[in-house]
Amino acid sequence: MMDTAELLEFFMQHRGDAIVIPGRGGRHWVPLTDGPFDIPLGDPAMGGHAGFGLGVALAQPERKVVLFDSEGDILMSLGMLVTIAEQAPTNLIHFILDNGVYATTGGQPVPNAENVDYVAIARGSGYERAYEFSDLEDFKRELPSLLNEMGPVFVRLRVHPEIQNEAIGNRRPWRKRTGDQVVADLRKGLDLE
Amino acid sequence: MSDASPNVLSPNVVHEKMKENGVTDVVWLPDSETNWLYLLMKSDPDLRLVGVSREGHACSVAAGLYAGGNKPIILIQNTGMMESGDSIRGWLKGLNVPVVLMVGYRGYTRHGVNKDTAATYTERFLNAFDLQYYLVESDKDADRINIAFEEAQRRQGPVVVLVADEFHGFTQAPQAKG
Repeated sequence: MMDTAELLEFFMQHRGDAIVIPGRGGRHWVPLTDGPFDIPLGDPAMGGHAGFGLGVALAQPERKVVLFDSEGDILMSLGMLVTIAEQAPTNLIHFILDNGVYATTGGQPVPNAENVDYVAIARGSGYERAYEFSDLEDFKRELPSLLNEMGPVFVRLRVHPEIQNEAIGNRRPWRKRTGDQVVADLRKGLDLE
Repeated sequence: MSDASPNVLSPNVVHEKMKENGVTDVVWLPDSETNWLYLLMKSDPDLRLVGVSREGHACSVAAGLYAGGNKPIILIQNTGMMESGDSIRGWLKGLNVPVVLMVGYRGYTRHGVNKDTAATYTERFLNAFDLQYYLVESDKDADRINIAFEEAQRRQGPVVVLVADEFHGFTQAPQAKG
């Protein structure tokens, strides 16, 4: 199992000019970087990050788009794997941070967490390239070449859960921008506004 | 001008409105009325069809397309719109995405004696979610589609076109222009 903060720090060294949607890794990503091509949306509605990542990738085919999804989110929208595979954006790298639990609600297990083969589901949906990492050194070794593969690439990352047991009202917010501001900043960064 | 009966909304008129308003992507899930429109869209090299397997997915896909600079339209049925409530809230309203949802009004009857609860709850749902909407019943109402696009831009949020085609206009062959 890997530490989310460590793997994101390593990924940061290789992100280049990619648009990065950090998803559930946002709390670790924002302290590293929070510019126009960083898209820390928080949780607009659970299950939607895969669709958002696809949309950005389709609209910006010349840019790499890296999405850090989660297993809980993708389980809510498994059909998006089919849609993504059909649209086949060559610039999309689709990571899922799989900690096996719903961390923000106190750590309850995701259904059948230990028995779901996300890589098989991705391949069965049509992803031609799908991988899994549990060891940080393996991830570090393979990441540079993985980022150069033709997308869509699906990568399951087994990570330690970071369970939150504080009441929501007592949690320290990590986002510096609202979701609509993040979208507006991306559009400005892309010279669309 | 369409040769269609005055009480239908022709698929070629809908397609024209998409083009007039600069739509780049149609994020959609078919309903009982959209087959002929689908054939028109499919044959248009300037339109990308993004088929989703659940209507809520269309909201986040459309949000991403907009964020990246494209101009999507969402094409779904009222049943799927109601299923998508939280996605509409979070991905469209929450992110200020100026997108038009073209929504088939399954079960609509002009006289209001509904046999289909999908119709019974459609406008109640729209009002509950504070979604501006325009009813389009036939070709003569088609300019309301343009208004919907303008309003979405003005509001910087989602706007709905309710396709209230009781006479199954979408399933007819595209009509020749007069």
